[in-house]
Amino acid sequence: MAGPSGACHHGLRAPPTWRRTTTATQVPQRPASSAAIVRSRSNRVLLGVAGGLGERLGVDPVLIRVAFAVLAIAGGSGVVLYLLAWAVSVEPDDELARARPVRRPAARQAFALGLVVLGTMLLLREVGLWFGDQIVWPIALAAAGSAVIWARSDDRDRARWARIPGNPIEAMFTGRVGLIRIVVGGLLVASGLGLGFANTGADLAAAGDALLGVAITLIGLSLIFGPWATRLASQLAEERRGRIRSEARAEMAAHLHDSVLHTLALIQRADASPEVVNLARRQERELRAWLYRAPMPEGRLRPAVEEIATRVEQRHNVPVDVVVVGDAPLDEAARALVDACQEAALNAARHSGAPLVSVYVEVEPDELTGFVRDEGKGFDPEEVPTDRRGIADSIRGRIRRHGGTVTILSSPGEGTEVQLRLPRSQFS
Amino acid sequence: MIRVFLVDDHHFFLSGLRAELGGEFEIVGEAGEVDAAVDGIRRTRPDVVLLDVHLPGGGGRAVLEAIRQTDQDVRFLALSVSDAAEDVIGVIRAGARGYVTKTISPHDLAAAIRRVQGGDAVFSPRLAGFVLDAFHGDLTGVVDPELDQLTAREREVLRHIARGFTYKEVARRLHLSVKTVETHVSSVLRKLQLSSRHELTRWASDRRLV
Repeated sequence: MAGPSGACHHGLRAPPTWRRTTTATQVPQRPASSAAIVRSRSNRVLLGVAGGLGERLGVDPVLIRVAFAVLAIAGGSGVVLYLLAWAVSVEPDDELARARPVRRPAARQAFALGLVVLGTMLLLREVGLWFGDQIVWPIALAAAGSAVIWARSDDRDRARWARIPGNPIEAMFTGRVGLIRIVVGGLLVASGLGLGFANTGADLAAAGDALLGVAITLIGLSLIFGPWATRLASQLAEERRGRIRSEARAEMAAHLHDSVLHTLALIQRADASPEVVNLARRQERELRAWLYRAPMPEGRLRPAVEEIATRVEQRHNVPVDVVVVGDAPLDEAARALVDACQEAALNAARHSGAPLVSVYVEVEPDELTGFVRDEGKGFDPEEVPTDRRGIADSIRGRIRRHGGTVTILSSPGEGTEVQLRLPRSQFS
Repeated sequence: MIRVFLVDDHHFFLSGLRAELGGEFEIVGEAGEVDAAVDGIRRTRPDVVLLDVHLPGGGGRAVLEAIRQTDQDVRFLALSVSDAAEDVIGVIRAGARGYVTKTISPHDLAAAIRRVQGGDAVFSPRLAGFVLDAFHGDLTGVVDPELDQLTAREREVLRHIARGFTYKEVARRLHLSVKTVETHVSSVLRKLQLSSRHELTRWASDRRLV
């Protein structure tokens, strides 16, 4: 008899079967009209017999091939049957080459086919065409299991499995060779185990076989679980790298905080020129933003208000303190408030002569409020130079368009405060 | 003369402080890390500690927590280059009576030290903004109404501080005495330190502090 190596050989030959089937089921095919078995051309591994049978019977050729394979192991009858089927079948002409669509086996068909195979196997066992229980049963089980896995896993199932992260099943099915891997792996495990158990307690030569069995089992297991294990390992390595990166970043942040931010603060306290002080202030702001803040969300009021400071400081070298309470989406009304605040702040920086401009914005349930003030020279609102009136009017225009109010408080020597109130949009 | 202890690990800054404050205050000691600061403060028992938030050995909070167990009369004014929310609220919750950034002018710093020594609270505009933010929102989950929400008056005072007004200006604008404004701010400080308001807790944990 062919012995274990024969079984192994057969197991290894299985893969193309699975792959071909996968592609074949996706090819649109026409029904065949002839009653004879037409060997399949498109769905062919060896001679197209299983494919043709499958198409003829409306059964997934995979099951036919599994049946042939199992019967071949169980005493070689599969080979005989295959040749017989080949002899009675005909080669397709070109028109029939693209034969009828292969249906996925219904559970009942698969069950029936399984019973037929099982019955045949038992029969063969009785008449002695048999490699031995320890080899055939595990392989048959592995083959049947593989067939079930394949038959059960339609595309939706696989998509669902693929969503489960770190799932070994997902890893098994990943890639085009996923199924092949499982089948080969499963067969190897089964035959390896069979080999190992079959020979326990035998003589020295059998010890070699047992070792071979263990090796085959290991190869099979690594084929099945290999992708999952390597992915797990690479995921862990990636996490570790990420942790190292964030630790390095925290360390650098701490260092910059201690040295550079302090130096920038010192410069701002020293009697340096206003340009230098403002440069230090600006760089402190940028560094701080980079060190501590999460990326600013787009379309929010708060970051938009905080940007005012940067713009005004860049243009006029006057520091701007910004305080924002609450946050809101940056809708049209909020945008108008931000623009008005910025105009008022620019105006204060340009004309007031104050060393500092304060911007305060608060989000309340039903309105947005903004205050821009300086302690500069102020002015008499009744006698405003035309250029400044223009700005005041433009601020008023923006806010009033959105149903808000503007109050400008100022008197000579007392500084200026611009107060903005804006009802919040109903849909924001 | 008010006795001041300086805690800062940045030597340039420390010597700058010493030069600025030396004429007006008695500098009784200095330290650059947590253990030395705790020892020094326990030994010299100053009126006010100027406390850097970021310190090797556990940060300003570690100093505050250690001293609070032994010398409760010592008052702390936190000083930091960072005005990040977690730093500010963290030291205030740990017991500091005020918070200023290191860019503060020497004159304002001296005023803040005197205010803290007198038992009042020192809120920068940004700290006032943080507090308003933290006590913002509805009152579901409030445990202690007295501690867990700000009165309308307190809110108004904080809004003015957040807008950059000094206590004196706030008093004038709201037609209050400066003393009343100080009382309101101290009351807010107490709430900030003691409130278990879930909004505050959530707000703080959003910013990575407990």
